[in-house]
Amino acid sequence: MTVSMSTAMSTSTATSVAHDTTALTHAWTVSCSVADPELPVVTIGDLGIVRAVDVDTDGCVHVVLTPTYSGCPATAVIRHDVVSALNDAGFDRVEVRTVLAPAWTTDWITEDGRRKLSEHGIVPPSGRSSMQSGASTGRRIDVALAMRCPRCGSLDTKLVSRFGSTACQAMYRCTSCLEPFDAIKPY
Amino acid sequence: MSEATEPETAALFTYALRLGDDALVLSQRLSEWASRAPEIEEDIALTNIALDLLGQARALLDYAAVVEGGTRDEDDLAYLRTEREFRNVHLVEQENGDFAHTIARQLFFSTYQLFLYEELISSTDELLAGVAAKAVKEAAYHHDHAALWTVRLGDGTDDSRRRMQAAVDRLWPFTAELFDADDVETGLAAQGIAVDPATLRPRWVRAISDTFATATLVIPPTVWTSHGGRRGVHTECFGYLLAEMQYLHRLHPGASW
Repeated sequence: MTVSMSTAMSTSTATSVAHDTTALTHAWTVSCSVADPELPVVTIGDLGIVRAVDVDTDGCVHVVLTPTYSGCPATAVIRHDVVSALNDAGFDRVEVRTVLAPAWTTDWITEDGRRKLSEHGIVPPSGRSSMQSGASTGRRIDVALAMRCPRCGSLDTKLVSRFGSTACQAMYRCTSCLEPFDAIKPY
Repeated sequence: MSEATEPETAALFTYALRLGDDALVLSQRLSEWASRAPEIEEDIALTNIALDLLGQARALLDYAAVVEGGTRDEDDLAYLRTEREFRNVHLVEQENGDFAHTIARQLFFSTYQLFLYEELISSTDELLAGVAAKAVKEAAYHHDHAALWTVRLGDGTDDSRRRMQAAVDRLWPFTAELFDADDVETGLAAQGIAVDPATLRPRWVRAISDTFATATLVIPPTVWTSHGGRRGVHTECFGYLLAEMQYLHRLHPGASW
């Protein structure tokens, strides 16, 4: 039996008994509660990168993760942290697999995740991801929407650089309170 | 892979290697800017782009290794091949030069890669389609970055314009190779697996021309063009890049941390 995100593709067929369901729910909760190593205010569940969790008949947990950016250096750390967290929760055997398709987008960040980022002074992505289908339309990325300063709330802010301290963030500066801040890029 | 014939497997291996090597070598070049860029935001931008490309390279080289049969892994392919075994185009191995040269190289390559990935999303090969669906969004940011700088430098001061045009003139001969197709690409393209790069050229020329028009730059006349990277024949500067990239791995074989 597999728990999966509503947007993800679930392939396994259910042969659930009560015991399995409990173990599965537990494995799912533990996996999703692992903190992101670069943005520890959010969990990988909040970010929407846990695609599926399955406990097979031998008790081995299979976790399917999806990377955010191709080169995100946190991916390897996350794999390791998921294994450790599940081991600590009593699951001795864990297999983590990374899948690329369907590709992650910032739309997968949960409401809870957006709120946590915001409270931490990181502006969550606004609107829908810029390229839903990858269809070839006007190619410029639209990040022209005004970003609200997470400190003073001003909309009078300026994009400093499209590349920030992590692959997924851009750097802004508030022209009202003069503080710099990060925002998650629509992706 | 069991149903694929031997020549098909060989072609797919070469194709994954070509795309992966382009990304790997450009990533290595861009990482040379770390701590040397004109401003800190640029330092971060160029190394962010390098990191995206490295991620793409890893996925593609890992796939090449699987297609080959699993005797080598992504690290073997990156660190233990010699110059003649690399299949990247000459453009990506060209030295960084001044900032204008790096931006010109970025504009030429990211525009090509963006259009390539947009098409590769529809590949019948699940892995290639998956890599492309992710990487296309990164390539769009890379292209945007390069295009903005091209306009800023081209339509800037007399000095920045002169240097941007000089960079374009110097690198232009290396752009033709991006669109070279041999049996590998055309054969796989016929099966819906690969993108025939020749088909991308009209859009690429249009996009570059549009950016140049805003940047007050001109496309130079084509006097000569550089070819051979896809067959493993490289320009002189490539050996030095490989020496630096592979040194540590070759010094400590099998080391891990």
